[in-house]
Amino acid sequence: MTAPVLILGATSDMGRAIAQRFAAQGYPIQLAARQVSRLERDKADLAIRYGVPVSVHEFDVLAVETHAAFIQQLPMQPAIVICVVGFMPAQKVCEQDCSLALDVMRTNYEGPAVILSLFANLFEQRGFGTLVGISSVAGERGRASNYFYGSGKAGFTAFLSGLRQRLAKSGVQVLTVLPGYVNTRMTEGMKLPPLLTAEPKEVANAIFAAIEKKKDVIYVRPIWRWIMLLIRWIPEPLFKRLSL
Amino acid sequence: MSSPMAPRGSLKTLCGWGRYPVQTCHVYCPRSESEMIQLLKRGLPLIARGNGRAYGDSALNREATLQMRHFNRLLGFNPQTGQLIAEAGVLLAEILEIFVPRGWFPLVTPGTKFVTVGGMIAADVHGKNHHKEGSFVRSLDWLDLLTSEGQIYRCSPSENRDLFYWTVGGMGLTGVILRAAFRLRPIETAWIRQTIRIAKNLDEVIDLFEAAQDVTYSVAWIDCLASGSRLGRSVVMLGEHATREELPTKYRQRPLRTPQRRKISIPLDFPNGALNALTVGTFNQLYFLNSQRKAGQSFVDWDTFFYPLDSLLGWNRIYGRRGFVQFQCVLPLSTAREGLSALLHCTSAAGAGSFLAVLKKLGDQQGYFSFPMAGYTLALDFPMSQRTLKVLDQLEEITLQYGGRFYLAKDSHLTPLRLRQSDCRVETFVKVRNAQQWTVNFASEQSKRLRL
Repeated sequence: MTAPVLILGATSDMGRAIAQRFAAQGYPIQLAARQVSRLERDKADLAIRYGVPVSVHEFDVLAVETHAAFIQQLPMQPAIVICVVGFMPAQKVCEQDCSLALDVMRTNYEGPAVILSLFANLFEQRGFGTLVGISSVAGERGRASNYFYGSGKAGFTAFLSGLRQRLAKSGVQVLTVLPGYVNTRMTEGMKLPPLLTAEPKEVANAIFAAIEKKKDVIYVRPIWRWIMLLIRWIPEPLFKRLSL
Repeated sequence: MSSPMAPRGSLKTLCGWGRYPVQTCHVYCPRSESEMIQLLKRGLPLIARGNGRAYGDSALNREATLQMRHFNRLLGFNPQTGQLIAEAGVLLAEILEIFVPRGWFPLVTPGTKFVTVGGMIAADVHGKNHHKEGSFVRSLDWLDLLTSEGQIYRCSPSENRDLFYWTVGGMGLTGVILRAAFRLRPIETAWIRQTIRIAKNLDEVIDLFEAAQDVTYSVAWIDCLASGSRLGRSVVMLGEHATREELPTKYRQRPLRTPQRRKISIPLDFPNGALNALTVGTFNQLYFLNSQRKAGQSFVDWDTFFYPLDSLLGWNRIYGRRGFVQFQCVLPLSTAREGLSALLHCTSAAGAGSFLAVLKKLGDQQGYFSFPMAGYTLALDFPMSQRTLKVLDQLEEITLQYGGRFYLAKDSHLTPLRLRQSDCRVETFVKVRNAQQWTVNFASEQSKRLRL
């Protein structure tokens, strides 16, 4: 039997879509999230639809001291770890509330980096495996409208890039996913341009294909590569006066 | 991190499948029961919405429309009994995709597979086997309902019985259906043994239905532009689940597999008026001739037999931007021949050809407020226009005259008075809704229009 796919942040819309995509391919699934009780329905659903073994695990990305123990208690070591964790409250609120801002920075960077580091060591020893981090185009350049979230993702993108270089010779794949806008709970109620907005399913398909093709960095909708290229090129004196 | 709070709503332009009426609604997409309860506690009446396949305004509410699409998990399946437990937002199409290859088929299915479990219960849908096996409620073991007080009740024919029978066919006006257990039937093959018969007029088609009492599936397509001695000429389709032995050898190896159907998307709105007496008449003529050629027995896959229109994705667009209205009524057995004849006279005289005219025999009534009753049901659709509204008025009057009633899942035009004249159960339903305080929390544009 193939080794399972572990999804960190499995209660999210993207996490669910990713679990379905891999289960459809016959992979056993390990779902991990803070509120583990919320995963029971998904466990039943995946098992009935795809007939694969599914287990659920409690995981708090902010409780970094528990991460090693979390990995210890997994009944089986995963072949693929996908970190979907992300947190984006309103920027304005973060500016006023330091502890919320801290949560944003820690949830988007510190926690994911710690857990993936631990898996990286295991996978490196073993000589195979895939680590997937869902980062964000918001990490490519800080913007007034979401720089707490963006800076966390920037840190995470840099981390994944470094990790990939370190593991390049070991046979472990590190995949950075830059989804662009996705129609999920996080973006609910926002006015998003349909051409630039992916469905969670598309993200899942893109990840699946990118793992097969041993890719390093993917934009879920290719147009984002060009948009971000342009945005990075804008000179700072001009950029600071724009309302992007 | 984020605490469980009521989800943010967003303003969206919504409509039913008929694309009339169109309404700007506050739409909420809760992902958990606690979020739903938070929304209920705000005290604004809301309506749950599945996949938006009701034709009119049954699943619209300006103040709060509850999008159920995140409640789409399968929670349990018992291969001994065929009982499936599913959340309300699961699509019938998903169920078919998963369970047909495993040898299971819904006991009752409507004519489209793009409906949700919750929607099928709320409208208590019927299928081509209603005369034999009743409406959806017949396959329903229980449902979980979130009611006004924010409580969740398990309802079944033995537990919370009244709530169960008001909810089935209750158009979402008793609470939010969260999940349900219902039975699938075992099938040996994914094929239907179909017999096509041609009826030259209304009398012949009714005689065919009466003679086909024991056939599991029966439905007729009526040429509603035909008049005079050909009034009611139709193509009758009868069907049975094929057994393995019956199948032609080429299908017998993998009897639960059927070829993938080609799906065609309607890419743009047809111009208003593209469907007129001339084009519909031509279509009907061709369809009729083609069916005459195919009369007799054949094997068709389940998808083609049950969901012929689903292969035309977005077929509602052929009616143009103004949309269309459906008219579906049921006439009791005693008046059916006369009443149907009057309805068809009216349609054909107006030259308001309906692209989709379907006749079907129904069995006995089941839910407290469900549409079906023993008799004949006729479904017609018309492109939206001022003239159509007049035709609808006439059709509704004829239905009343012959003691018939109307299908709320298709309606966008009835008046409170006509509804009450057609159905003595309405007053009771409204009384119960008031007494139970359901009116405070649950309402749709339709229920406001019809004062339910």
